[in-house]
Amino acid sequence: MLKPKIAKALDKLSSKTAIKNTIYTVSIIIFFALILLPPILGIIIKWGSIEDVLNQPKLMSEAFNAIAASFAVAFFVSFIDVVAGVPMAWMITRGKSKWLSVLDTLSDIPFIVPTATLGYSLLLFWNEPGGLSSLFGASFVSPGWLLVILLHFTFSFPVVVRVMVGALLDYKLEYEQAARTLGAAPLTADRTVTFPILKHSLIASFTLAFARSLSETGATMMVAGAFVHGPIFINKHIGEAGPLVFVSAILIALSGLVFVTIRLLGPRLKMPVRKVWPVVERKLSSSTIASSRNGLTLLIFFVIVLVPSLFVAVPAFEAIFTGVLPEALGGVGVWGDYWRSISLSYFVGIVVTLLNVAIGLPMAIIIARRKIGNGPSAVLDVLVNIPIIVPSVALGASLAIFWKENFAFMPEIWLLIFAHLSITYPYFVRSMSAAVERISMELEEAGRTLGAKPLGVFRTIIFPLTKYSMLSGAIMMFTRSVSETGATLVVSNLVTAPVLLVNWVKSGAPTATLGLGCGFLILFSFIILLVLRLVVKGREAY
Amino acid sequence: MPNVRLMNVTKRYGKIVAVDGVNLHIYDKEYFSLLGPSGCGKTTLLRLIAGLIQPDEGEIYIGDRLVTDVPPEDRDIGFVFQTFALFPHMNSWDNVTYGPRVKGFDVRKSETIGHEVLEMVRLHERLDAYPNELSGGMMQRIAVARALAAGSKLLLLDEPLGQLDAKVRNELRYEIRRMTKDLELTAIHVTHDQAEAMAISDRIAVIKKGKILQVGTPKELYMTPKSVFIAHFIGESNFLEGYVSDLNRRGATIELRGGIKVQAGAPKDMDKGDRAVLAIRPETFVVEKGIKKTENSILGTVERITFEGTNIRYEIRLRNEDSVVVVRPSLVEEWLKVGEKVTVSFSPENTHVFAYPEAGLREELAVE
Ligand SMILES: Nc1ncnc2c1ncn2[C@@H]1O[C@H](COP(=O)(O)OP(=O)(O)OP(=O)(O)O)[C@@H](O)[C@H]1O
Ligand SMILES: [Mg+2]
Repeated sequence: MLKPKIAKALDKLSSKTAIKNTIYTVSIIIFFALILLPPILGIIIKWGSIEDVLNQPKLMSEAFNAIAASFAVAFFVSFIDVVAGVPMAWMITRGKSKWLSVLDTLSDIPFIVPTATLGYSLLLFWNEPGGLSSLFGASFVSPGWLLVILLHFTFSFPVVVRVMVGALLDYKLEYEQAARTLGAAPLTADRTVTFPILKHSLIASFTLAFARSLSETGATMMVAGAFVHGPIFINKHIGEAGPLVFVSAILIALSGLVFVTIRLLGPRLKMPVRKVWPVVERKLSSSTIASSRNGLTLLIFFVIVLVPSLFVAVPAFEAIFTGVLPEALGGVGVWGDYWRSISLSYFVGIVVTLLNVAIGLPMAIIIARRKIGNGPSAVLDVLVNIPIIVPSVALGASLAIFWKENFAFMPEIWLLIFAHLSITYPYFVRSMSAAVERISMELEEAGRTLGAKPLGVFRTIIFPLTKYSMLSGAIMMFTRSVSETGATLVVSNLVTAPVLLVNWVKSGAPTATLGLGCGFLILFSFIILLVLRLVVKGREAY
Repeated sequence: MPNVRLMNVTKRYGKIVAVDGVNLHIYDKEYFSLLGPSGCGKTTLLRLIAGLIQPDEGEIYIGDRLVTDVPPEDRDIGFVFQTFALFPHMNSWDNVTYGPRVKGFDVRKSETIGHEVLEMVRLHERLDAYPNELSGGMMQRIAVARALAAGSKLLLLDEPLGQLDAKVRNELRYEIRRMTKDLELTAIHVTHDQAEAMAISDRIAVIKKGKILQVGTPKELYMTPKSVFIAHFIGESNFLEGYVSDLNRRGATIELRGGIKVQAGAPKDMDKGDRAVLAIRPETFVVEKGIKKTENSILGTVERITFEGTNIRYEIRLRNEDSVVVVRPSLVEEWLKVGEKVTVSFSPENTHVFAYPEAGLREELAVE
């Protein structure tokens, strides 16, 4: 009976204003000191080296091209993501088939497959002789811009599906039904009522996909061929401060501008709800068109998203028969390194997840409940996003500069952890603050009037109602950390699993070995996903 | 000619039978209420008529047209939702003219209709206000206006007054009835409030657990309830348990607990010796001070008095330990006092005799 006593004692402590304020202050200080500033300060420290680029017109124009390519890919891909992802989310939430919950689970897979693995898997599927190319004789899609677009679509598509499934589940169907009873054909009702009401979620899904595409480095490197975008450009000139500072600064500034613009203009964006084409829209609402749309959506999902992501598992099956599997399980040869790298990845993943839950939770509450006043809380809300939009390779490089030049004694493992903390922090704080915001203040106040202390309110009201978001936020951080490649490569010489896999690809390891290496990572992530699904089975309750 | 017919309509949700083999005919230009306790399937029935959900069995006709497989937009109906479901991203005017626009009417015609219906709900100011800027009463008027603007002759209302406070609710319910009568609409109104249903309906269907128990005018339901449940749910009744000790020309003699014999109205399909429930409305009792010997008189003691304004309510413990509620007008008579010995009497014509429910009386009366 020790636990209730401790809980009680802690509850009592939490009602002391001084202690509450200390927790909030510390979490804000940590955010600035560890998460937000180091990645930016590194760039600022080396600001002078920007002249290296400015003095080389050729390098500068290359840099500009790379930046332009980054934005072009991100815009195009996020746009396609929304166009393809919304019908998918629609089908998952509105369809009647039992299989749809399976489809729902499947749509998460590309999200949790480590990105470096994903890049390799796509390469095998689209380009290598064992994949689609075997059907067509020659390389079907060779490394280059097209494969980069396919890749970015694959890993950002699930982001849109996730956000939109959540939004559609929360959406009050009555609005749409009201439109139907007033005589609107299904398509008209969706266009003039449902989508305008879901506008915020549409914009949010676009922005998240955009940010994800803009900063991805590890997987893109594998499929880029001669194609160069911002992160690849930085990676090519790794070790030189000039290109890093130049490209990162511009990427951060421009994407910041894009985000602020979307934030400001989004709410004012009006959809053309007053114009109606009854005859045409009625025809387009027909069931034949709806089922062809569903068919096409499924086709796109399976052929462009799911199968390419899992394609790497095919040589892994081969490995079972060739004796690679026992070797792997026994840790023979390269497999010793493999298991060491896997342990390192999971160790870092767990540490990062736990630390971020501890420092991110108070921050989420500060933002959601405007604990430090409306203005400052809104500013924090924007600042929290910054680490997602910095290209991961730039973030890694900048962190390396900052820590190594000022705190040379810092062990590499800590640099790695700091990098991952910065990269994953926004995911958690985002989803948690949104979840806390959805809990009505009245509920919390009811708890307080019934005599619960602040921590008690958290334990008995906020936590039970946000467990799903908290858990999925934690899982997102964990999988993101385990799959992180770009920043990890730059920030330290430690070899995590994705770094090892990239090395294997570069050194031309046999496909069976590579396939199995990737296969294990996917399998582990899949188990994590399954556990998540089982643990939060009752999420419909909220 | 929008009369509505439902034939053997059933709707299941897993194991729950929300609507159970319903047969119903709602006449043209009628103001019809679906009345029943929470969870009995009223909303489900209304949504089936609207086509927002499909029945598992049975057929639904609107006019002469079989609409079971017709989508809601083609049923030509107006629907008012319990929560109003006003489009939050459109102002009042755009909400109201939504129907005419999606039906492809030209701009001039849409605007004319818009002004007409807003005239009708007497809400012409605040046309550019968004739903979150309106009061509950205003939202309700806009919701009704929006449903009317679609121009159909069948109006479906799902607890349209449920979200409003008592005063506004009482005003608006007559207004809705007036409008539907002016426009010669058929209206189907869902409510769990029997006073509301009694006040505005031409006819009422009382529903319990997905089944229709009785259909009739408010007066019929009140005067000749067909079951214990209806006698309980429409108005108010005292229920005294006993058995039929004799059947005679005037009706039946019922022996209550404690051997008290009273004369009651004619029971239906009952024999001597059957267990029975005698239902008596609280307002039909006569109460006199002291001991009086008239027909159907029972001695008792006043246990509790509640002053309700118009009426005064007495709880009286009868000499056989049964308890009855008696309601008397508060201004007409001298009040009784707690503890006072009284004689309670009633006339046989004001009683109803029902067979004792198989499930037990309490279970039968339960509204859940
Ligand atoms: N979509 C659904 N899924 C599962 N069960 C449902 C669904 N809709 C209704 N039910 C069940 O069907 C029964 C009837 O519900 P309905 O909403 O029609 O009741 P109601 O009479 O309108 O009640 P209320 O007065 O509370 O609105 C209830 O037991 C309800 O739980
Ligand atoms: Mg209802």
